[in-house]
Amino acid sequence: MRKWFLLPARVWMALFFACPLAIVCAYSFLTRGDYGGVEQPWTIESFTRLADPLYLAILWRSIWIAALSTALCALLGFPLALFISRSGRRKNLYLQLVLLPFWTSFLVRTYAWLFILRDTGLVNTVLTGLHLISRPLQLLYNDGAVLLGLVYNFLPFFVLPMYATLERLDPALLEAAADLGARPFATLWRVVIPISAPGFVAGSMLVFIPCLGAYLTPDLLGGGKSVMLGNLIQNQFTTARDWPFGSAASLVLMLASALILSGLMRSRVARELM
Amino acid sequence: MKQRALSVYAALALAFLYAPLLILIVFSFNGGRFTLWEGFSLRWYRAAMNDPQLAGGLVNSLIVAAGATVLSTAIGTFAAYGLWRKASRLLSGTLYLSLVTPEIVTGVSLLALFQWAFRFLHLQLGLYTVVIAHVAFSIAYVAIVISARLRNHDRALEEAAMDLGASEWHAFSRVTLPLLAPAIAAAGLLALVVSFDDYVITSLVAGVDSETLPMVIYAMARRGVSPVLNAVSALIVVAFGGIILVSQRLQER
Repeated sequence: MRKWFLLPARVWMALFFACPLAIVCAYSFLTRGDYGGVEQPWTIESFTRLADPLYLAILWRSIWIAALSTALCALLGFPLALFISRSGRRKNLYLQLVLLPFWTSFLVRTYAWLFILRDTGLVNTVLTGLHLISRPLQLLYNDGAVLLGLVYNFLPFFVLPMYATLERLDPALLEAAADLGARPFATLWRVVIPISAPGFVAGSMLVFIPCLGAYLTPDLLGGGKSVMLGNLIQNQFTTARDWPFGSAASLVLMLASALILSGLMRSRVARELM
Repeated sequence: MKQRALSVYAALALAFLYAPLLILIVFSFNGGRFTLWEGFSLRWYRAAMNDPQLAGGLVNSLIVAAGATVLSTAIGTFAAYGLWRKASRLLSGTLYLSLVTPEIVTGVSLLALFQWAFRFLHLQLGLYTVVIAHVAFSIAYVAIVISARLRNHDRALEEAAMDLGASEWHAFSRVTLPLLAPAIAAAGLLALVVSFDDYVITSLVAGVDSETLPMVIYAMARRGVSPVLNAVSALIVVAFGGIILVSQRLQER
């Protein structure tokens, strides 16, 4: 009986999740066809091409931007999670306030920054109006704009597991530290932060994975100048029509995400959250 | 003192999260075309209502979201229930993996699957391929919401039903399912929002005549500034916010 309940999900996920990935896996070892498809012979050329300096640079940029976004999310998210965990009865309200923007349309949230940062956008209009600048600042289409968009979009991913860890922190430990003469900052640095390490790890992974595979944010806010792995993949499947190469890049991205996920599943916080 | 500094910081952080959305909403009521305030006006809302492309996108999005929501909610609920009865590492692992797979990878791999399948089947990309894709990534969301509710569900209830002569199916449909109703509604609303919002995967697997609302919005955003977009965005933010609030209330019940 039970297997009938699982059957629809098994079939759907096999057909429309596992199967597509298997096809991409196979394509990555094939040769690009004359009209954009794939052909024999089997080759690992797509993977060796990923080591080209041009593509390696995109790979490094993706890792670097994702790592930087993660660090910024940790820096901005930790105090926020700490605040929520100490808010008593209002905990749930604040947590929902942090999570709510996350659910209100990824596309719209990214467009909002486009509206604010573009040449004729809010920031430039205000600064010009105040005669602080004579020409609009180039705020868009650089790594900084991408970073801002990613941190803005994924901050809640860090706050949630961080909060879950901090919330379980026994207040008696803080009292004990204070009784033993620790000043508030020492308590934070030597008691709270070490204990909340699992939250840091889980939150960082949850932010790093989507940032590494980001497509829409670098596409809209980075323009052609701040290309990440996701944009490379999209380009290979559409404009460049080099499916084997796009597949190889997808596979690398997928493996990286899956590896981080398996680390996440093993962490204690994940087991408690999931 | 320390707590107060933390409160000030939290207020600033929340302002950072909400300001861009509020700015969009405020400027959607701007009478002028530019980013200068020229008085209150509903002209961009009127323009949005009269835009045939936006209307077409909205219709397509509603069709897709309706289909994807019904299918993924049913499949996800059954899956969560089946997993609650007995865990399956393979299925739950696959569901989590689908959740963290970068959208662009999901999108191109589905595109590859469809193109491969179309060599044998004489079909084309259309709205139905979008529905298939949306169901594939929504099942995990639904299953997680339902699983969270089932964690507090007393197994004795079904056992009691079966002791009293109910079949396995009846124990599920007459005992567990009614108790799950709020969680199912919450999961369905979540699936609706996730489907309605998707751009990346949709843009890869949609047919030529099946532009969804996010695809229209993306094209408009790419073309340049248009206050019409602010009005549409404001409507989406308010609608999504409302739906999610309802979904969260339901999950707490």
